[in-house]
Amino acid sequence: MTVATKERKLTIARAMAEAIAQEMRVDERVFVMGEDIGPLGGVFGNTRGLHEEFGSERVRDTPISETAFMGAAVGAASDGMRPIVELMFVDFFGVCFDAIYNLMAKNTYFSGGEVQVPVVLMTSTGGGYSDAGQHSQCLHATFAHLPGMKVVAPSNAYDAKGLMTAAIRDNNPVIFMFHKALQGMGWLGTEKDAIVHVPEESYEVPIGKAAVVREGNDLTIVGITSGVHHGLKAARQLAERGISAEVIDLRALVPLDRATVIESVRKTGRLIVVDEDYQSYGVSSEIICSVAEQGVPLKAAPQRVAYPDIPIPFTPPMEQWALPNADKIVAAYELMEKHS
Amino acid sequence: MKPSRDQKIWMYEQMHTSRYFEECIEKIYMEGKSPAFNMAKGPIPGEMHLSNGQEPCAVGVCAHLSADDIVTSTHRPHHVAIAKGVDLNRMTAEIFGKKTGLSGGRGGHMHIFDAKVNFSCSGIIAQGMGPAVGAALSRHMQNKPGVAVAFLGEGAANQGAFHESLNLAAVWKLPVIFVVEDNAWGISVAKSASTAIEHNDARAAAYGIPGHFIPGNDPLAIFDIAGEAIERARRGEGPTLIEIETYRLAGHFMGDAEGYRPKGEKEALFARDPIPKMRQQLLDDEDWSDAQDQELVARTHARVDAAIQFARDSEYPAPEEAMEKVFV
Ligand SMILES: Cc1ncc(C[n+]2csc(CCOP(=O)(O)OP(=O)(O)O)c2C)c(N)n1
Repeated sequence: MTVATKERKLTIARAMAEAIAQEMRVDERVFVMGEDIGPLGGVFGNTRGLHEEFGSERVRDTPISETAFMGAAVGAASDGMRPIVELMFVDFFGVCFDAIYNLMAKNTYFSGGEVQVPVVLMTSTGGGYSDAGQHSQCLHATFAHLPGMKVVAPSNAYDAKGLMTAAIRDNNPVIFMFHKALQGMGWLGTEKDAIVHVPEESYEVPIGKAAVVREGNDLTIVGITSGVHHGLKAARQLAERGISAEVIDLRALVPLDRATVIESVRKTGRLIVVDEDYQSYGVSSEIICSVAEQGVPLKAAPQRVAYPDIPIPFTPPMEQWALPNADKIVAAYELMEKHS
Repeated sequence: MKPSRDQKIWMYEQMHTSRYFEECIEKIYMEGKSPAFNMAKGPIPGEMHLSNGQEPCAVGVCAHLSADDIVTSTHRPHHVAIAKGVDLNRMTAEIFGKKTGLSGGRGGHMHIFDAKVNFSCSGIIAQGMGPAVGAALSRHMQNKPGVAVAFLGEGAANQGAFHESLNLAAVWKLPVIFVVEDNAWGISVAKSASTAIEHNDARAAAYGIPGHFIPGNDPLAIFDIAGEAIERARRGEGPTLIEIETYRLAGHFMGDAEGYRPKGEKEALFARDPIPKMRQQLLDDEDWSDAQDQELVARTHARVDAAIQFARDSEYPAPEEAMEKVFV
């Protein structure tokens, strides 16, 4: 008789906390620091339970001093520790970016590979709940643009746990971006499809490997975090019209799995990229360029559904209008068909 | 420096206005957010940081300022905005995301800008300080009168921008005052866990400028010390750092369960609520009656109610207006 494995659905927040706890149990060098990540368990719930289990020595609430604690993460990592550091909102990177892109990202190179900087920087992204222009950005491209940091961003709890485990074990700096609307905190609204079965045992999701989350033949939709969910919804809408869309979850921006995207577009001949980050100079251009450079034959001009090049507005009518969504992807497909 | 009777009544009236404003916002914020609390829902979406209890900091300082003076505030800006004379109707409409709001709905509660009275705020901790220093520099370079005041929380005093701004203002002897509203908490982290010293006024010594600590959330004491500091700045004698012990009677933001507070703390703070205290002072020390008090309270309520009605009645902007005002 086979025993069905019990479904254990977790939010991304719980999955992240579980991965961190499991690594902390087996590796004394792993510790966590950031604002309100201690007894409160993180504003976004991703360190819940850690302070109770590991105490204040390894789960450290910091002062509001990002410049200092981001630099401290670099120093501790270079000296043999494996810090996980939280930047509460990615929008706050401005007060500590030097430590990130000039130190964390470059010290390995500057030292000819002698110095390792195994920091995991976890940070929340995304809007949709009227938190306005200093608390709603994604900034995917800002981080992915600068060499020396891996950048991952899960769309569901399974990937969140596996990517976090892989990030902690990685000997390089890894930026772990989690989208607030996928986090499973009810007060931020929750994408139900992000809450999925998560195995209890520890596992890694390889960093730099995209996932084909829906197979199709007519169109490739590429996204990351929220973009994946918009893509899946659009694919379901298109399926009702007999159009078969393939959806790719990049899961990482650095390294970028161009091969999976190119293979898919070779099959479908059509490409739409969805990104909640600002459109210009962004993820969408990088993906489309990567396909174009390979001379992949296209049946229609590629499209992008990304955030317009404006600061994120507060008021719901403006913000909701500006955000990517499934309808915009369907409209982009219609535009492709009209012009092809 | 002692306030006149009129100044006392002005401070008291602003405190009432601010408190009643926050009480109304608190109620309206919860509209549409049931059964499950979702920040995105209701007539006031997004984060909401209320200033209940911190009114003395705003009124004691702003009593010395005119519209021409500059104020930068924080993610918790309403009390300061009100005391600085920000257009209440348009500020309320902004918080509701309406077209008639100060920025037409683009900024919201953490990004209140009213250029007419030189008020602005920002949601990034301590980042109002540099702009205050710069505004003071501008007045100095243009040979124009006016001082700049940067409000910040005690949590912000551990940011690099705090220390750099203090030094820059000091070395250039600029007319700027830094006002730390010490409400003892930075979200869930107690001041004692984040700050290596007890009171931030001690840090003034590191930059060779005067520092003052004001206990007791007392509007009259704040009026006194802030008045001296502002006069000093106006005389061209440079910056001052002031830390004020104040009380956060609300959560960090709406929806905060406040599980980190020691038992009984909230009750103890409410027992020291500065508004009834000031009312009693007026009744005891000034020619002030219950009837006058009731009239003042009714007046502030009517003003706030009208602002809220204005906000509710206003239209939302058209979505495409999001594309406007990126550049001018
Ligand atoms: C640079 C930066 N880091 C972190 C935050 C998140 N945050 C918002 S309010 C807050 C606490 C601020 O404490 P304090 O300065 O004492 O002001 P209070 O909230 O008590 O008024 C934090 C950490 C932020 N907005 N900006």
